[in-house]
Amino acid sequence: MPTGSERMRLHIDWTRCDGRGLCTELLPDMLARDKWGYPVATKIAPESRSDLVVPVSRIDAARDAVDLCPLLALKLIPIERQS
Amino acid sequence: MKLRDNPLVDRSVDPPVGVARLFLAGREATHDAHLAAYGPLPTGGAGQELIAQLELSGLTGRGGAGFPAGRKARAIGGTSSLWAGSPIVIANGAEGEPRSVKDHTLLHNSPHLVIDGLLATAAAVGASRTHIYVPRDLIAGLRKAISERRDARRIVLSEAPDSFISGEASAVVNSIENGVALPTDRTARLTTTGLKGRPTLVHNVETLAHVGLIARFGANWFRSVGSERDPGTRLITLSGHSDRERVVEVPGDIPIVDILRSAGVSTDAVSAALVGGYHGAWIAATHLESRMSTAGLAPHGAQPGAGIIYVLGPRQCGLRATAEIVGYLSRESAGQCGPCRFGLPEMASLLYRLAATGFDKSLRRDLEATTRSVVGRGSCHHPDGTARLVLNALDTFSADVHAHLSGRCLHEARR
Amino acid sequence: MSEALWAFGRVSGIVTLLLFTASVVLGIITRSGRPLPGLPRFSISLLHRNIALTACSFLVLHVGSLMLDSYAKLNVIDAVVPFLGHFKPFWQGLGTVAVDLLIAIVVTSLFRKQFGARTFRTIHWFTYVMWPIALAHSIGNGTNGLSGWFLLIAAGCIVVVIAALFWRTSTRFEESAAARQGGIR
Repeated sequence: MPTGSERMRLHIDWTRCDGRGLCTELLPDMLARDKWGYPVATKIAPESRSDLVVPVSRIDAARDAVDLCPLLALKLIPIERQS
Repeated sequence: MKLRDNPLVDRSVDPPVGVARLFLAGREATHDAHLAAYGPLPTGGAGQELIAQLELSGLTGRGGAGFPAGRKARAIGGTSSLWAGSPIVIANGAEGEPRSVKDHTLLHNSPHLVIDGLLATAAAVGASRTHIYVPRDLIAGLRKAISERRDARRIVLSEAPDSFISGEASAVVNSIENGVALPTDRTARLTTTGLKGRPTLVHNVETLAHVGLIARFGANWFRSVGSERDPGTRLITLSGHSDRERVVEVPGDIPIVDILRSAGVSTDAVSAALVGGYHGAWIAATHLESRMSTAGLAPHGAQPGAGIIYVLGPRQCGLRATAEIVGYLSRESAGQCGPCRFGLPEMASLLYRLAATGFDKSLRRDLEATTRSVVGRGSCHHPDGTARLVLNALDTFSADVHAHLSGRCLHEARR
Repeated sequence: MSEALWAFGRVSGIVTLLLFTASVVLGIITRSGRPLPGLPRFSISLLHRNIALTACSFLVLHVGSLMLDSYAKLNVIDAVVPFLGHFKPFWQGLGTVAVDLLIAIVVTSLFRKQFGARTFRTIHWFTYVMWPIALAHSIGNGTNGLSGWFLLIAAGCIVVVIAALFWRTSTRFEESAAARQGGIR
């Protein structure tokens, strides 16, 4: 289980996502919805639109999003240290 | 740093001189012809040495991504652990790009070079399983090639379906494991967890052919043609100039115009060239002296990719050609990921409207917005590559865009 | 004491039925992906989950109190193995069948991540089987099952669920359907 002190990324599994939008309600500062309903990362460069770095203050909300996604399309993954 | 030649090589056969390297055994070469041309493949003890030679050689992937081959092999050695299982190496000959036939040509004529590279790589990383993943029509020939040699008996031949996406690395693994050639969601690299959870190395067949030669003749030799920044040779598929494609082997960093000239294509006959593949970029006629290498093409937002060069004539509209390509790419979407599944058809539709000429000024803006919205939002890079092509086309053909939005086409006669 | 347990067993049964009815409707609303006024989608999802779990709690009270009640003669076996009961074995058995289905539904729902989306979804379809069975049990087995006031309640539940089902099977049910039915080749 992820601990509280690690930096986490919110990974979107696009093959499961059906654009239901619950994550965009729980993380409105990080995710908006496109016209087909799918989440779009706001404020992040395109390279990491599928793996969003989660600020510590938003970890709980991110956990809720992972928990409530109807398609289980979200995962919280510890960010690997670059060696 | 001094480059060491491979000390294990049997020097009964001289290393190839010059640019011609991959087809020296002749057409549809048998194993005997192959051995006569290149000598035997060194075995035993070459493992770590080969990885070092690959790193020194500067060989980059010839499948599209251009990732350094040595670094990929090195990654396998670093992450394998007791419970991860022993590595697997897959030779990827799916060649999903419609305008590419170089892998097919290579597998048809020099299969033993590819097999050599596959076996050498497997030995170097301690792999216990090897696969060759190719379209159906190549399987019989490869089976015959495998049967001609004792060291290849354990190679598994897997069929690649005829789709654009079938050659994507995670689709290759998915196809072999589950029979479904569609990309999968990945949270770890294939070199960490891939086929059956084991560290997996997926290499383009041409990359492996070069490995087969480096295993014999060393990094020094590999670097003897090409340039410092783009060593060795690569295969190019040239098309659009006639009704038949043409495969040529060229040195690294060669100016595109030289490739065209060697095929008898005059630059007057070319208004633009699509370089890299359908996820590549258009180079305008005025920039054809650019070199076919990562560094040489970077200023144009392009990459050598799978070595595709598709030329457009002066009477062909680049926007129309791009629209047709994007239409194809949208139909070839795996359809698993929303932004790609819905975004690409919309991009194609807008591009077709732009290509048809019209006065809708918002077209360009809408097309750019949709295009930028799909980047990075899929489980593979299909939307990214398509977006790159569209944005590049709007840039390279900006004069055409301007003309089209005013109701005329600079190339084709108005309907 | 036995009278009280008996009464409580019946009341908790009715409450369970009402809560499961609400849960089925909320589940359908959750599936539609639509919010309600004042209730964002994630709230609806949570409400569905909480009401379902509350229904389960009342179900435990319903079964528990009837086990403790000497008149009902309900034992532990009867709670999970259907049709062995003393009192109206068939109708009571239906209740047991509903409980069996519910156990699978609840376990796969609470451990959705571990079971995987596909297993969760497949088992969850059985809520459409569980609910009518529970309803039939309440009418056939309930002391007041055929009383006018209870039949009125049951009719209300049926109307609400059928209306939700009609909506569920309509073409514009999914919120995203409209936006996506456009330009797909």
